[in-house]
Amino acid sequence: MSAVRVTGQLALFLLGLLAQCGPALARPRLVVQQIYNAGARSLIIVMLSGFFVGMVLGLQGFDLLQRFGSEDALGVAAALSLLKELGPVVTALLFAGRAGTSLTSEIGLMRATDQLNAMQIMAVDPLRYVVAPRFLGGVIAMPLLAAMFNVVGLFGAQLVGVQLMGVDRGAFWSQMQGSVELNDVWEGVVKSCVFGVACSLIAVHSGYTAEPTAEGVGLATTRTVVASSVLTLFLDYMLTAAFL
Amino acid sequence: MIVDVRDVEYEIASRVILSGLDLTVRRGRITAIMGPSGTGKTTLLKLITAEAAPTRGRVLVFGQDLATLDRAQVFAMRKRLGVLFQNGALLTDMDVFENVAFPLREHTDLSEPLIRALVVAKLNAVGLRGAAELMPAELSGGMARRVALARAIVMDPEILIYDEPFVGLDPISRGVILRLVRQMNDGLGITSIVVSHDVHDLAQIADDSYLLSGGRVVAQGTPQELAASESAVVRQFMQGIADGPVPFHYPAPDLRTQLESVDER
Repeated sequence: MSAVRVTGQLALFLLGLLAQCGPALARPRLVVQQIYNAGARSLIIVMLSGFFVGMVLGLQGFDLLQRFGSEDALGVAAALSLLKELGPVVTALLFAGRAGTSLTSEIGLMRATDQLNAMQIMAVDPLRYVVAPRFLGGVIAMPLLAAMFNVVGLFGAQLVGVQLMGVDRGAFWSQMQGSVELNDVWEGVVKSCVFGVACSLIAVHSGYTAEPTAEGVGLATTRTVVASSVLTLFLDYMLTAAFL
Repeated sequence: MIVDVRDVEYEIASRVILSGLDLTVRRGRITAIMGPSGTGKTTLLKLITAEAAPTRGRVLVFGQDLATLDRAQVFAMRKRLGVLFQNGALLTDMDVFENVAFPLREHTDLSEPLIRALVVAKLNAVGLRGAAELMPAELSGGMARRVALARAIVMDPEILIYDEPFVGLDPISRGVILRLVRQMNDGLGITSIVVSHDVHDLAQIADDSYLLSGGRVVAQGTPQELAASESAVVRQFMQGIADGPVPFHYPAPDLRTQLESVDER
């Protein structure tokens, strides 16, 4: 029952939040600041992770394809893996760990120090001023971060595959160009948008409903990571099945 | 009467916080609400600001029953009052100037020069014009509370509510806050509600006082009348007696029984 109640609360919270997104967008400066906080400040970790994931893809992909004499398909394999799965999913998991916890702890501390109460007393809706810009910042940043992850991942894959393992450069890129379709790209974009909504919603909701104590904020940040990760993987399955 | 609390009961998680509470705040006066810890003073403030609704009874502010107001009307009512929170509750990502300007930016279309003039004037009123560019983390407790006071008055409210304004302050800062409370009331004609258990400080500035205990008003009058009261609970509070109608010991089983059960364990 408590899971049903929490889901219901989350849904109502989302509806209230969506109603405030329009007014929040009328204050672009706030949203841009949050895109910077959630997006630009996550770039380093996303690009580093993308690079290493791409390199591992290059290594593993080469090893696997070599058994079937299909090393030239490494580019296709890396691109499809990154665009359709690894890019959106790993970015979402990194986002939950870095930006999500930051959002949760920031909003949770604002509640613990009465800042949200003070806003309500000043007749300013905290959902509109604090929560909605942070939610929008996460939603907008996620697909952009996933795109960066994919680009850097492909660079890492070609660095290992082409430079190290000796896969033909032309084959690497031309097979990718010939076999990767727009639908594959769209699948990744849709996934990253959906993960962005899910992870950002969980992060701001956890912070907004955190107990106003040190322990409460700590529990809320843990909840953000766990819930965002599990929900991301669940949604990944659902969306993958829907696209196939 | 600008605030009228009538036969209010407030219950949460099966615990009765307030019961049969009657209280009025007269326009233009400083009303002190005092009482032991946990007696419902902060809860009463939440009822007055419509952060909470009573289980029974009515709370009228500016003649309006808060229970009949919709969300927009509650927000409109809140624009006419200011609250000074115990810890100031400044927005930590803005400097002092932006904190004080915040209500003006959110609720008015004033030009930037006019906002600047208003903010500087309010900071000057609390003696912190020179601190406009500091961040909240750089302020002392007393300074943070003064900035919060400047923010609370920037929209020229009709009621100012002070929630424990003297807690944790050194004597000089307390003197400053006392002076400011009186100045806001006399100079700007703001009705002030001060929640505190600092009897001696409140006696210097309060016009009317209410003493809460057990979730209801047990005494009311001027601070001098309360100080002269013969009531045991009023005397215990006003004189700071450790044990009396408000007991020293938290409810516990018989000491012998408790010691014996420890031995058995």
